[in-house]
Amino acid sequence: MAISKNDLLWMYENMYKIRYYEDKMAEAYTEGKNPVFNIGAGPVPGEMHLATGQEPAAVGICVHLKKEDTVTSPHRPHHHAIAKGVDLNKMTAEIFGKETGLGKGKGGHMHLFDPDVKFSCGGIVGAGIPHALGAALAAKKKGKDWVAVSFIGEGAANQGAFHESLNMAALWNLPLIVVIENNQYGISVPKTASTSVASNDVRAAAYGIKGYYVKDNDPISMYEVSKEAVERARRGEGPSIIEIETYRYLGHFQGDPELYRDKNEVSLLRDKDPIIRLRNLLISEQNIAENDLDIIENKAKQEVDAAYQFARSSNYPNPEDALKDLYVS
Amino acid sequence: MQGTKTRLLTGNKAMAEAIKLEMERDPNVFVMGEDVGVYGGIFGSTEGLFQQFGSDRVIDTPISETAFIGAAIGAATEGMRPIVELMFVDFFGVCMDQIYNHMAKIPYMSGGRVKLPIVLMTAVGGGYSDAAQHSQTLYATFAHLPGMKVVAPSTPYDLKGMMISAIRDDNPVVFMFHKTLQGLGWMDQLDASVGHVPEEAYTVPLGKANVVREGKDITIVGIQMTTHHALEAAKKLEQEGIEAEVIDLRSLVPLDRETILQSIKKTHRLLVVDEDYLSYGMTAEIAAIAAEEGLYDLEAPVKRLAVPDVPIPFSRPLEQFVLPNAEKIYQEAVKLVNE
Repeated sequence: MAISKNDLLWMYENMYKIRYYEDKMAEAYTEGKNPVFNIGAGPVPGEMHLATGQEPAAVGICVHLKKEDTVTSPHRPHHHAIAKGVDLNKMTAEIFGKETGLGKGKGGHMHLFDPDVKFSCGGIVGAGIPHALGAALAAKKKGKDWVAVSFIGEGAANQGAFHESLNMAALWNLPLIVVIENNQYGISVPKTASTSVASNDVRAAAYGIKGYYVKDNDPISMYEVSKEAVERARRGEGPSIIEIETYRYLGHFQGDPELYRDKNEVSLLRDKDPIIRLRNLLISEQNIAENDLDIIENKAKQEVDAAYQFARSSNYPNPEDALKDLYVS
Repeated sequence: MQGTKTRLLTGNKAMAEAIKLEMERDPNVFVMGEDVGVYGGIFGSTEGLFQQFGSDRVIDTPISETAFIGAAIGAATEGMRPIVELMFVDFFGVCMDQIYNHMAKIPYMSGGRVKLPIVLMTAVGGGYSDAAQHSQTLYATFAHLPGMKVVAPSTPYDLKGMMISAIRDDNPVVFMFHKTLQGLGWMDQLDASVGHVPEEAYTVPLGKANVVREGKDITIVGIQMTTHHALEAAKKLEQEGIEAEVIDLRSLVPLDRETILQSIKKTHRLLVVDEDYLSYGMTAEIAAIAAEEGLYDLEAPVKRLAVPDVPIPFSRPLEQFVLPNAEKIYQEAVKLVNE
């Protein structure tokens, strides 16, 4: 499949931006947590689930989406949010608990809502699938060609919500695409110890829908299968499942001692990093000058730096604002 | 209601009429749930809607409460106004994550940017030997969790008016209807399940209790069936020369504290009656409000009457023993007035 240079550059830019964003978040998260790690201390308190290494899943499908398409995301949401075009300033401010944040500091990193680009996420495994199902139902009712993409981890494929939602999506022929990021672990438990099948794309057969599998964290293959799944959904040809073999370079959350895996595992993964692979491909096969990639990278860095600056310089909400926004009027 | 102006409807027909009128008014309103289509809802809440609006707007779902309640959330974020039915409130256990972690919290967590205009209607109540998994009211379970309005109307008039208010509300509303007050042919026939219902659309506000009988000697607070039991008890009390004021709570969230406090200022005695479990429930909440804000108006301790913290048993004598009724209310009221 020929992929346009624009799409490849978009994917590269967003993968780079996500990586830089997460690296910076990992750093910010440690502030105030040294020498003793206290989860509630520092400018970014609470749990922190970073997506470093999982960029291909997000960009490979979001490149095909438009503003009107819905994305739901789980507890590890930053890569999806960035790829869907969530306002980076407001997102970062929310993660820092500031009044300028998406949810005025009431949500935090696992609860980011940007209705302007139809993005939401949540901290309960598998729970976003029904929300995407409902968005897909609304799209069909309105006669639009919009699609809904629900990103989940491989652990969520064992939740009841997965089965219920895919059955209904298939039954009603809805434009729902469930992207399963198999990052190999549900916190500490390897997939082989949690899942009865080698890959979840085969579960598509249970609903009579299409299943796709993407090997080795490859953004190009992700692009290709996602293109087909999105186009099929837009044409009214129903839902599909995409499982991508991806890798979580960091712990389940920051502060995870990672005693459940070999210390060398991550360095071997980093040796075949998808961002480096895509960079090399752009230079060797697309004749992009290194200098042009540097420009793209610098632009991404500046955007992320500005978002962190915005978040840090924003005010905290007034404490009594905790009592507001329970009901809308 | 007198003469030719009276238009009698059962509870279920009043509810279905409310939904019908709102569906005619707003194309974004639709209904989803188990057996809400051709069947018309197991308790008649959607009677006639499928025939009028068809399967696009009155949607029978698989037995997948997590998916269809979650789908209501997704559809609501797209500007739809879904009404979803959880057939029995007892089934909350298979889908409570969608209800309280998502439907109730998303508007708040989004800083008010995401509106979820959803009505989650659900059948509550026992008294007909349906046993522990099909007879609960669970009023307090839902009312305890912030982010949802929780209402429980007692009359056909309020069922219609409060359903219309619920559908027009931009917040999630848990709309509890009592099975025995639906006026269904296959359950006990109660006068209270039939009442005057105007033909046109009208609203009854959510969050406003109703003084259904005025009195000066004791305040009895009830909800749904216990309101009707309290009214029956009040008639008997009247024969003893005791004038009971009966308040129909109608709405658990928001709770109309003012109507209760005003009443105890007048009567100085409070009996709270609930078809839900006793401990940590609605009766405890109202007793606490009376203690915090109306203690000096009281001349006797607050009394509570509710299900005595056991699951609802099957066998008739066992079930009747645990449920409140008019006679129990009468006995408690007499004791309280004589304290």
